[in-house]
Amino acid sequence: MSHKATIPIGPYHPLQEEPEFYKLVVDGEKVVDVDVRIGYNHRGIEKLSESKSFDQSIFIVERICGICSSSHPIACVQAVEDIAGIEVPERALYIRSITQELERLHSHLLWLGLAGHFLGYNTVFMWAWKYREPVCDIMETVTGNRQNYAMMKVGGVRRDIEKDHIPYILQRLDELLTKLEMLKGAVLDDPVLHARLKGIGILTKEDAIDYSALGPTSRASGITADVRRDHPYAAYDRIKWNVITREEGDVFAKTVVRILEMMESVSIIRQCLDKMPKGPIDSKPKDIPPGEGIGQVEAPRGECFHYVKSDGSNSPVRHKVRAPTYMNFPTFRETVIGETVSDATIILAAIDPCYCCTERLLIVNDKDKELMNVSELIKMSQEKTALIKKKMGIA
Amino acid sequence: MGIDDSLNKIKDRFKEKVLKVYRHSDKRAYVDIDAKDIVDFTRYIFKDLSFRFNIASGVDALEGIEILYHFCLDAEGFVISIRVLLKDKSDPHIATITGVTRGAWWIEREIHELFGVEFDGNSDLRRLLLPDDWPDGVYPLRKDFVAPKRDSRKEEGHHES
Repeated sequence: MSHKATIPIGPYHPLQEEPEFYKLVVDGEKVVDVDVRIGYNHRGIEKLSESKSFDQSIFIVERICGICSSSHPIACVQAVEDIAGIEVPERALYIRSITQELERLHSHLLWLGLAGHFLGYNTVFMWAWKYREPVCDIMETVTGNRQNYAMMKVGGVRRDIEKDHIPYILQRLDELLTKLEMLKGAVLDDPVLHARLKGIGILTKEDAIDYSALGPTSRASGITADVRRDHPYAAYDRIKWNVITREEGDVFAKTVVRILEMMESVSIIRQCLDKMPKGPIDSKPKDIPPGEGIGQVEAPRGECFHYVKSDGSNSPVRHKVRAPTYMNFPTFRETVIGETVSDATIILAAIDPCYCCTERLLIVNDKDKELMNVSELIKMSQEKTALIKKKMGIA
Repeated sequence: MGIDDSLNKIKDRFKEKVLKVYRHSDKRAYVDIDAKDIVDFTRYIFKDLSFRFNIASGVDALEGIEILYHFCLDAEGFVISIRVLLKDKSDPHIATITGVTRGAWWIEREIHELFGVEFDGNSDLRRLLLPDDWPDGVYPLRKDFVAPKRDSRKEEGHHES
């Protein structure tokens, strides 16, 4: 398949944070082949990191993704700490867990909103994005920033949580929890969503293992793996929480996993605030010796993996970054092929790729002739929901 | 149980094919092997020992192109990285592991274009990250690659007011 000028809205578009290009080959209603082209916005961060000091590279990886701007820095500092065996003070570990869970809350809310939009539930879209606001407010209280937190450093964190701020954080969390309960009910008890999402885009457990799928994508297919529990980091082994799994592997299961994970996140943050000991937040390490280190973090989309090699100088010799979508993306070959075109958008969105990826959808028939673009696809997806509603006598 | 148990299993299975073992901590170990054995090791670790394939990472070392295949055992919480060294930098070759795990599909494409490593048996080594007009034979993650200097003032569309 060629990548010639078949893109309807240029490879870069002001509305998209990440350009990607999907190509679906369809036979009538059925998807028979999929291909994806990425790299339109490749920034060479791994190469760039080799020219920066260990302190600077944390800020660079923070800018890999606007949503995961806590996961990448934690994975990076953990890799460097692994090289030198640096101990991190207790209090800093708790603060790392808090920022991680706030990030998960806001990421899953964004996803839920977009999934709602693709299905024609624009109320869910607006609710979910509105209820993300308290999360951003708490993030601002904890880190000083709503996004790109600049919180992590090798050996600890940069900012402490003030005692005076804790009542405010708890109050905003309570507010959020009532809204989450409402969203949970609205989504999980909705017969239309059951009819629309169950049984489509199934990723079997065998395929999930073969592709080494990660995060909610694998946990919805019956794999009980979570870096937070399996490779404990930050304060996750000091508190009680559950790994959420589902067996079905369809889009509905992925939705359920994300919604229930948000409940766990709120509980984790509360426990961390409660148990957080007093003390220093930074162990102030000096030099990084030669060696290799690996950092693993459970980002909202799955395991974020950093490998750092040091030769004893001030900057890494090699810094490998593997974001979770990198492993989840290729599974679309198993989940999309054989499904109908109207389900393609939501199936591709179900792995939670940086969402704008799906905006790059383009349908071609066997002769590479362009048939429809993304807005028509989303419309088609929304119409299918409306049809189901009509059949059930709801709308 | 634990990392030592898995390392012993690998040593018992492959004997002298294990060239060197470096146990960094309870959670990390590095195993050096010969490049020609990579498929056997991957099959044993991924299929028989049920490790998860994290990712592979290339490094342009002085002696050649080094590739690390990272595997982790989630049930016990540790990572074992298999290290191979491809000595011939002018034409590095290694067998593909996509026959064992399809999770290696993209990373082999990536290492192919960024380090110029040929994965024998992988029929899909199309460009993944680099642009279509990137020159052949230029591998940006090799140490001898020098990024062309960029003068933004000369670029189209940038006018100083």
